[in-house]
Amino acid sequence: MLYSEKVMDHFRNPRNVGEIPDADGVGQVGNAKCGDIMRMTLKIDDGIISDVKFTTFGCGSAIATSSMATELIKGKPLSQALELTNQAVVEALDGLPAYKLHCSVLAEEAVKAAIKDYYDRNGIAYDPDLFRDCGDCEGCMS
Amino acid sequence: MIYMDNAATTRTSPTAMRVMMECMEQFWGNPSSLHTPGQKAAEVLEQARADVAAALHAQPREIIFTAGGTEADNQAIQSAARLGRKKRKTHLISTAIEHHAVLHTLKRLEQEGFEVTLLPVGEQGIVRVEDVAAAIREDTALVSVMFANNEIGTIQPIAEIGKLCREKKVPFHVDAVQAVGQLPIDVNAMCIDMLSLSGHKFHGPRGCGALYVRRTLPIQPYIEGGAQERGKRAGTENLPAIAGMAAALKESCANMEANSAKMSAMRDRLIDGIAQIPHSALNGARSPRLPGNVNFCFEGIEGESLLLLLDDKEIAASSGSACTSGSLDPSHVLLAIGRPHEVAHGSLRLTLGPETTEEQVDETIQAVKEVVEYLRGMSPVWKELQEGVRSYVIQ
Repeated sequence: MLYSEKVMDHFRNPRNVGEIPDADGVGQVGNAKCGDIMRMTLKIDDGIISDVKFTTFGCGSAIATSSMATELIKGKPLSQALELTNQAVVEALDGLPAYKLHCSVLAEEAVKAAIKDYYDRNGIAYDPDLFRDCGDCEGCMS
Repeated sequence: MIYMDNAATTRTSPTAMRVMMECMEQFWGNPSSLHTPGQKAAEVLEQARADVAAALHAQPREIIFTAGGTEADNQAIQSAARLGRKKRKTHLISTAIEHHAVLHTLKRLEQEGFEVTLLPVGEQGIVRVEDVAAAIREDTALVSVMFANNEIGTIQPIAEIGKLCREKKVPFHVDAVQAVGQLPIDVNAMCIDMLSLSGHKFHGPRGCGALYVRRTLPIQPYIEGGAQERGKRAGTENLPAIAGMAAALKESCANMEANSAKMSAMRDRLIDGIAQIPHSALNGARSPRLPGNVNFCFEGIEGESLLLLLDDKEIAASSGSACTSGSLDPSHVLLAIGRPHEVAHGSLRLTLGPETTEEQVDETIQAVKEVVEYLRGMSPVWKELQEGVRSYVIQ
């Protein structure tokens, strides 16, 4: 099989699909030309991610990584969510094929973009280095 | 399982399997050996050659057995290029939608100093004969055009291009891997000088193919090491596969008219059903098209997800999305017919076989509708399209 059972489970039964109305933070990353777009919406209460929902245009692993990323940050304080790495998403999914790793990077970036949006809206100061830009993905270079 | 991926490979026909078993049980000798077991095997080999030749209206000695369509394409193109270079002809012509067996071979030759012209095919996915005529030069060593495209099924004007190449005295190679066994082919009437075919596309075994080479055209071996195949392809012949392929081809040709009529009707039903999905479009001309080929693009979704969910519904299909190719770019064929990247990612190829039933077609239409709707429901791109933030490419 191309994908692990965990990936297939999150692909077939994605968790937290949808869009939170009046979200406190919204992040959208990727582009349609590359074939992957992820959108995350967050509800934040007292610095805790009380709810998160996603929508994704992309392949099986793009949907599965988005779903897993939402599970990993739901109910967590923002400080902890900011520590989310694409490796953590990959490990939680029992691995991804090498050429699908960019999907996990996108999932990490979507979470962070949504948190950054929350900080920006509320005038909260942050270290800009915390937020990676998806510009380093070779798919978008062409 | 509803198998809708016959362009990838076909189910091996029971006739072919029986012939292969017989061959392994009774004709296991080496056709190059002079003893009786060897000569019995040689007879089977020559009968297979005659059967394959008859299917193309060729002569038996014009058939070289290879290890598949890819090898046949490689041999035809590399041989024509090398022989051309001896006469200072270093220009090669082909189309933008060829199989990678042709395109990658041409790319390699380009690196070795050949000049390659890849002709466009327009939205319809069909090369224009005028464009071929305009591209031919004094130093053109080869024109190579596929009979029918493997992704979008469009049939190319082979007889017209053949006539043109004959007039201009340029060798003409045809990659007919998708057409053999499905469409009538006459290498003489169509002025084809070389033609590649592959056994597993017409219910024969894989790892076996053939190259037709007109007897007046010189051909260089691609694999060296023995006198088999009149010195044009070394290596002990894969006789069980060759015999199985010949049997499958004979069977396909005998049933061609009936199968073609039946498959075309199923194809049209499938196209009409899927076309009801909003913002979907058939890729490539509806006609002339292979009797079993259906290929659609859907806005707002990605092809690999579509395939995996169809597989869950027990429908085997294929896609031209980047994610299914292991590269970042979607199908070169869909890009060549003008589909933008974002739409090319959302493609679905369904290729029917002679056994495809009306019930299977209807079940597939229903499944595709459900899966497309589901994936659009969770797609931020679809939402933007609906909200007018992004414009539809397919109306």
